[in-house]
Amino acid sequence: MDILQLLVSGVANGCIYGLLALGFVLIYKASEAVNFAQGDLMMLGAFLGITFINAEYADLPFLIGITLAALILGLFGYLLDRLVLRAIFGQPQFAMVILTIALGFLLRFAAGVIWGHDPASLQTPFVGRVWEMGELIIPVVDAVIIITTVALTSILYFFFARTRLGVAMQASSQNQMAAYYMGIPVKRINAIVWALSGVVAAIAGVMFAAKGAVEPSVGLLFGIKAFAAAVIGGLGSLPGALLGGLLVGIVEPFAGRYLPSGVGQIAPYVLMLLVLILRPGGLFAQISQKKV
Amino acid sequence: MSNRFKSRYDDDINLFEGRWHLAQYAILAALLLAAPWVLGSYYLGELTAVLVWSLAGLGLMLISGHTGQVSLGHAAFMAIGAFTNLALMQRGWHFIPALLASAVTSGVAGAIIARPILRMSGIYLAIATLALSIILEDVAIMAEPVTGGVAGVFAPPIELFGLAVDRYATPRAFYYICLAVLVLVTLGYLNLLRSGSGRSFLAVRDSEVSARALGVNVTRAKTLAFSLSCAITGLAGALYGHLAQAVNYESFLVLISITLLLQVVIGGLGSVHGAFFGAIVVVLLPQVIAIARDYLDNAAGIKIAAYPGMDTALFALLILLMVIYEPRGLYGVWFKVRTWLQLFPLYRKGMFRRTRTYLKTERQR
Repeated sequence: MDILQLLVSGVANGCIYGLLALGFVLIYKASEAVNFAQGDLMMLGAFLGITFINAEYADLPFLIGITLAALILGLFGYLLDRLVLRAIFGQPQFAMVILTIALGFLLRFAAGVIWGHDPASLQTPFVGRVWEMGELIIPVVDAVIIITTVALTSILYFFFARTRLGVAMQASSQNQMAAYYMGIPVKRINAIVWALSGVVAAIAGVMFAAKGAVEPSVGLLFGIKAFAAAVIGGLGSLPGALLGGLLVGIVEPFAGRYLPSGVGQIAPYVLMLLVLILRPGGLFAQISQKKV
Repeated sequence: MSNRFKSRYDDDINLFEGRWHLAQYAILAALLLAAPWVLGSYYLGELTAVLVWSLAGLGLMLISGHTGQVSLGHAAFMAIGAFTNLALMQRGWHFIPALLASAVTSGVAGAIIARPILRMSGIYLAIATLALSIILEDVAIMAEPVTGGVAGVFAPPIELFGLAVDRYATPRAFYYICLAVLVLVTLGYLNLLRSGSGRSFLAVRDSEVSARALGVNVTRAKTLAFSLSCAITGLAGALYGHLAQAVNYESFLVLISITLLLQVVIGGLGSVHGAFFGAIVVVLLPQVIAIARDYLDNAAGIKIAAYPGMDTALFALLILLMVIYEPRGLYGVWFKVRTWLQLFPLYRKGMFRRTRTYLKTERQR
């Protein structure tokens, strides 16, 4: 029972990692850029959610608050691409890595100025409520997180596999110039995908804030862990991101419980290194050696 | 502007391109040697910090700038160097063997890690090294006999040629130690770059496939570059241990790794100058901000609220502008200025215009 209980909390945590990893994968799939500021976007989403929902601020109903936060962060993502990231359009991946690292620093600073550095958390309608199944206790928050994540992953999966826009996104990531020749508006596609990943980050942020406390610097390490999850799954595969998130989420509490102290925190990274060493492209690898 | 005609094959690889070039560096050397007698002890300390971070930057430049493998985890190797050096000195080793030992330890650690890790490329390599840096933070806490656990270790005084060298008591002597190490490493680095191995690094950076086709052993080149890079960074870590006087796991957080990469980028990836320019910016930017704030406060009466993390934010903004407008970093700026001076009336505006590029997938390399 103990193990099952750990598993439930691990899965719920893993779903938040998975949600955030989805944001990484979205951008990677559509523009082959890696957004190191994704964790900080999530932090912004969490603070927006708190601002709209909490009683001491706007005091809106939960669903309206989360929708507003998602819309605003989506718009923010769109503008970010239009105003900042478009300037380095077509440059190597590495430029984007550095640019988003710098953006992350700026977002952290801005959030610190706006919301302060004290930890804050979200007031949700289901705080403290639990479902009891025999001896197993499932907090309603965890159930909501799991359902949201699974739903969002399936929607995005079908979006990429089935819709014209999704396929165009994949094409533009694999070869920008060829995508141009095929009549795909690559720049507009990039902006759309950044907006989409802003929306996903906002949802992840609200879920994160519903479960724990948020402060401006939370995005850095959480973002790296979620990135590790995305890499375990193989960056570029949506189900892979979810699986990676779940693995990271489950490994963490178990390593913390059954292994010597200190190992629990680094277990996700060790897991990621192991996966990368054994399969350098992640579980659902998309890298192949070029044939010359 | 002077035209140089090459009359010997050595002209292509000489360290100095003629007398004027040599004279410039002689002037720089004279300035650096005279600095301790001109600057106050506070600014001398800052200058020493610039030297130490330049050394760390040089280490990272070798693997990221000249071999093209992005590492986001070099603080880990600084930590290995620092802890090795301090632990050995506390056990009675002399400073110089302990310094060499720290270079060797980090170099060997780098070589061991390089094999599995350098099979990855691009973003996978970056995240793997980032993970290494995070893992080493916790290892530094757990390996208490060497690292002193959470409390960390204090740097014992350096005994050199019968002189007791201490960062605070004799800042000049410590400055000269750092300068000597840095100059030796820089000369070695320049020599490496013009040797066969150094050229194979550049070939691997520019195209792995063509390097392999030309007979470069890519795995060997990458491993060698990574190991040397770690050794240099380990040296920098050892000196940093003495500069900071006390180090624990917090001295080498993952943020330091990230800042180190940003430092190299802002200086200019792929140029030896870049490592130095970047270190100057990283160390002196907080000072400049503090001075500017005081000036605005006193002279103009403008009060700027002291937001925490202001200097990091400004640094990030600088990086942002640099990536967008000048991808070759400060070295690129300097290069343009130098060209303008050399060509004086003939410089044309479009000379360094970037050609339009399209992102190529890195899923096939």
